Amino acid sequence: MTFYELANPHRFTALARWLVPALALAAAVLLALGFVLGFRAPADYQQGETMRIMYIHVPSAWLAIGIYTLMAISALGTLVWRHPLADVAAKSAAPIGAAFCLMTLLTGALWGRPMWGAYWVWDARLTSVLVLFLIYLGILALWRAIDEPGQAGRAVAILTLVGFINVPIVKFSVDWWNTLHQPASVFRLGGPTIHPAILTPLLITAAGFGALFLALLVAAMRNEILRRRIRTLRLLASAEAR
Amino acid sequence: MGAHAAFIAAAYGVAAIIVMGLVLWVVADHRAQRRALAALEGQGITRRSHAARIEDTH
Repeated sequence: MTFYELANPHRFTALARWLVPALALAAAVLLALGFVLGFRAPADYQQGETMRIMYIHVPSAWLAIGIYTLMAISALGTLVWRHPLADVAAKSAAPIGAAFCLMTLLTGALWGRPMWGAYWVWDARLTSVLVLFLIYLGILALWRAIDEPGQAGRAVAILTLVGFINVPIVKFSVDWWNTLHQPASVFRLGGPTIHPAILTPLLITAAGFGALFLALLVAAMRNEILRRRIRTLRLLASAEAR
Repeated sequence: MGAHAAFIAAAYGVAAIIVMGLVLWVVADHRAQRRALAALEGQGITRRSHAARIEDTH
């Protein structure tokens, strides 16, 4: 099945019927395994037991950035290639990305209080992630402000691409500025600086959260396809009634 | 869990609430769309019925 064949709503709905439960099952297994291994791993020599928060904070942060990047690619799909599912994917991903971004901010605050002595500091990494969350909220508001899905999709695509400038700022904020937030310790030149006993469960939980995101995305896209079908039928019915 | 158990528990609690919220949103939305579609189809409003009516007028 090619990427363009997926644009057929019936094919996509048929695919979603088995893909959503399969991804949800994979997410449940990976998250359970990751958390069990994570809580069995020794405590960090500096962070102590609070490093257990990293098993949710780090994957949610990766997803918050990754989902926005997916939305930016979808925005290109809407504006350049006009793929019929591009704005469906972007619209469905936005609330999920906002939720993972909120999870990043809240779990980071709960880690920061015992480690830094403060729930919040106006550090470059924390501030740029807060800006990312606000951009997500702006995108959600714009989707709700315009009724016609095609028009809304194009307006949101432009806003998404403008907002994408914040993604490299989030990623490189710890290198460009002198921040309290630690620099990259997994995806870095020279390899990870984390001991395998902690890194392995972290990567498993990250895969679990990734599968969870995909399950939610496919399910939300199926809902959006149904919503557009209902809208079309209502328009046809009102046109006939005139 | 040591002295910071409450922070760790709160972080996992927040994550669980957000994930549950997302799952409930997707499931509730799916049911609402299915209901709306069934109601329209119950009134005989489908794309095929519309196409047939256009054919009749020509």
